[in-house]
Amino acid sequence: MVYKLVYENLKHRPVRTLLSSLAIGLGVTMMLALVGVGEGMLEDQANRARGVGADLVVRAPGSSVVGMGSLSMNQGILSYVRSQKHVTLATPIGVHSTGGVSSIMGINYDEFAEMGGGFRFREGGRFSAQNDVIIDDLYAREKKLKVGSLLNTMNRDWRVSGIFASGKLARVMIPLTVLQELASANGKITMIYVKLDDPANTQAVIDAMKKDLPEYPIYAMEELIKQFSVNNLPELKAFIGVVVSLAVLFGFLVVFLAMYTAVLERTREIGILKALGAGPGYVLGILLRETVLLAIIGSLCGILMSYGTRWLISTFIPASMVQAIVYSWWPIASLITLAGAVLGVLYPALKAAKQDALDSLSYD
Amino acid sequence: MAIIEIQNLRKTFRSGDVDVHALRGVNLLVEKGEFLAVVGKSGSGKSTLFHILGGLTPPTSGTVKIDGQSLTELDEAGRTLLRRNSVGFVFQKYNLLPTLTIRDNIDIARDISGKTAPWDAAFNEVVEILGIAQKMDRKPRQLSGGEQQRVAIARAIVNQPAILLADEPTGNLDTENSDMVLDLLRHLNKKTGQTVLMITHDPEAAAFADRIVQMRDGELYGA
Repeated sequence: MVYKLVYENLKHRPVRTLLSSLAIGLGVTMMLALVGVGEGMLEDQANRARGVGADLVVRAPGSSVVGMGSLSMNQGILSYVRSQKHVTLATPIGVHSTGGVSSIMGINYDEFAEMGGGFRFREGGRFSAQNDVIIDDLYAREKKLKVGSLLNTMNRDWRVSGIFASGKLARVMIPLTVLQELASANGKITMIYVKLDDPANTQAVIDAMKKDLPEYPIYAMEELIKQFSVNNLPELKAFIGVVVSLAVLFGFLVVFLAMYTAVLERTREIGILKALGAGPGYVLGILLRETVLLAIIGSLCGILMSYGTRWLISTFIPASMVQAIVYSWWPIASLITLAGAVLGVLYPALKAAKQDALDSLSYD
Repeated sequence: MAIIEIQNLRKTFRSGDVDVHALRGVNLLVEKGEFLAVVGKSGSGKSTLFHILGGLTPPTSGTVKIDGQSLTELDEAGRTLLRRNSVGFVFQKYNLLPTLTIRDNIDIARDISGKTAPWDAAFNEVVEILGIAQKMDRKPRQLSGGEQQRVAIARAIVNQPAILLADEPTGNLDTENSDMVLDLLRHLNKKTGQTVLMITHDPEAAAFADRIVQMRDGELYGA
């Protein structure tokens, strides 16, 4: 019977129920979108690293395991790496940040293409001039570029010579020598990707190189890819914490306002229930159930809206951001929202439960 | 056997800096199965008597017993139990829950008192007598005032309370509907033996009762 009353109350004010649910859902969407973007971008980065086709990577001393790095490693080390037993191919990479999380990558085209099994060009082809750039299809879509379009970055106009299928480490690539020159970093690289005769030799090669290059972080690619996790990004974890707190606050405020208004509006009805013999627990139970139902509807709205944010991201900024749908966070976000909602209803519900029956019945 | 026993009942309100003596030593005995009308002008204290008998407000002093249970020492929880189990209300404004159907408006009174069994044959007959059996799935707003008041009567007696308290039950109704509601109250009183205490300012409405007492300036005459 109580559930019927709760359901009818929600149905009786459809606009308020819808707006409250959407507002509660926004908190859920905030959490799911943030966690999804974090996971999605790391997963995308891992997929693109996998797409290089290397067995191991040698990075500059002191560089972060998941960061892109800078042109700080001496290129001379390349000949040492190439001379190692089991190494069939080693190619240097240069990375130059172009602001935010965007970067441009310098490669030795032939070596890089050979290591990863070649580029799959959707349009155009490899660099043929000093100011040529190749970009992946997502970047082309986001920036509305075609072969022959001009791309301005690093204070210079580049001609797009080819658009390749994404999944090859970077979205924007130019010849390594051009990058080094523009960055005034001749002879400097960011990392070296290494292909071995047999992946089974990976650990042996790493052990051997670490003896000679103790300062250099050297990772097997699979080990490196495993590092692409939110747990290795304390800043992201802290930010998720902030957003979770905001979502709780959001749920609290929305439910507080919605239910406070509802209690005021239903003063007379609460009086009727009390005249019929309903105790404080009965009234409290009605409002708590109504809130839980609102939170459940809100969570479902939030989950649906997180698909909306994913669509928006993949439609308008597919190269800058990737949002994954993280199913494991559905119950977490819903429970967090529920906690905020229950906190929000406590004061209005206690106010309603304590309402004097006679005063409530006199309310117009 | 008296189902309502009131001795020297007093109720004093504080209104600003002034004490208002709403009831000034009321004495009353109501027999089980009686239909009593308390008549008085606005401000005479009849509504205060109604609220005390219904457990909506405590008395200041005196003795009030309903079905042998003393109301004087009851705290809020005790008065809640009294309203749940011993008293049924019919208000001037019907006071139905607008979001629920007629059936649910009646059932919620049963739910509050912890009863889940379907209505018994006797209550189904009451519903028939009240003429609302065919309106069970409608919402209150789809019913006329007279029909809503008949639903309120059904809700008030669904838990078989010791007394049915009716506060100006025809105050919002036209003559035809008033007469119908009062006829039904009298009919139910005679048929089921339900004790009814009706508060009214209307002598014509009071005439439907077995006995009439007058309330004036917080005192009861003719009791």
